[in-house]
Amino acid sequence: MNDANKPPLFPPPLAGGDGEGESGIRLTPEQQRARRARSIAIAVSLGVLVVLFYIVTLVKGPAVLVRPL
Amino acid sequence: MSVTLARAEPSIAGVGDYIALMKPRVMSLVVFTAFVGLMVAPGHLHPVIAVTALICIAVGAGAAGALNMWYDADIDARMTRTAARPIPAGRLLPGEVLPFGLMLAVGSVVVLGLLVNVSAAVLLAATIAFYVIVYTMWLKRTTPQNIVIGGLAGALPPLIGWVAVTESFAVEPALLVLIIFFWTPPHFWALSLYRTDDYARAGIPMLPVVAGAKETRRQILIYTLVLAPLGATPWFFGYAGPWYGVVALLAGAVMIALALRVRAEQRGYAASKQLFAFSILYLFLLFAMLLVDRLAGGLAGHLA
Repeated sequence: MNDANKPPLFPPPLAGGDGEGESGIRLTPEQQRARRARSIAIAVSLGVLVVLFYIVTLVKGPAVLVRPL
Repeated sequence: MSVTLARAEPSIAGVGDYIALMKPRVMSLVVFTAFVGLMVAPGHLHPVIAVTALICIAVGAGAAGALNMWYDADIDARMTRTAARPIPAGRLLPGEVLPFGLMLAVGSVVVLGLLVNVSAAVLLAATIAFYVIVYTMWLKRTTPQNIVIGGLAGALPPLIGWVAVTESFAVEPALLVLIIFFWTPPHFWALSLYRTDDYARAGIPMLPVVAGAKETRRQILIYTLVLAPLGATPWFFGYAGPWYGVVALLAGAVMIALALRVRAEQRGYAASKQLFAFSILYLFLLFAMLLVDRLAGGLAGHLA
């Protein structure tokens, strides 16, 4: 088997690829906008959670997880 | 109309669709009643911890809403009122909504337990489980008493707010739970009276579908007759001042008058729609007055 007939080592990107000649699913502009909005929402939610834990740690002190059950 | 279970195309669901899954209007009432429970509780909670508790309760309520929409997607698709929800409209798949709801449920309970207290977290977990398993999966499709018993889930947030502060149970938040519990049937049955066809099409055994409009109007009046004096009990037992008592009794009298009109209504649903609209104001007034009463009491104590 010569090199030209070998299968590619990695599959082509499935979604969102912008390079010419790539196969797989191409996102429409609407799908790209929706995905970007969802990604930002997830990032903001995680950021809020991190900040929340940080502030509560400051409020409750270093012993934040030491509590009577 | 059927529910789409899979799609070939990537999702176009926006952030708004995920927010819609969390039933923001229901969530706002849950947060408000929990806030009042938190404010009227004795003791002090740091504002940051209080806000954290409210965020967790809001997210927990959102999780319950999302899991409800996941399970009820088939009947939502058959009802005019709910056909535009994200799953029946085809913008989200049930397989996308289930992990979203589970993640929010687990996350809200764990964060509430870690950052506020374990008792409140256990109560929040029980509330979510009751709403999803007992109400959504069991009662809703099997009995006309679905919203009566299932209403307990919507009644518990003031108790969660109270427990977030005190880590204990008391009579005062139990009265608030009872008020919401007895408020739920007249509120939802007034709605279901003018949505009977919708519920019948979806095969949901709401009281007007199973027992007819006449019996539903009678039951609305009975529950309202219990609710009106019950609404004044925080004042009667000395947990709230006279202004609360006056507002609760007056608003209760209006509720009874509207329920009597619903009972007498022969044609159309004008009285039912009025009762449905006023019932929201009624609950808001009662809890707002509790808040005002507690804030005024705190201010007077501070000035004395």
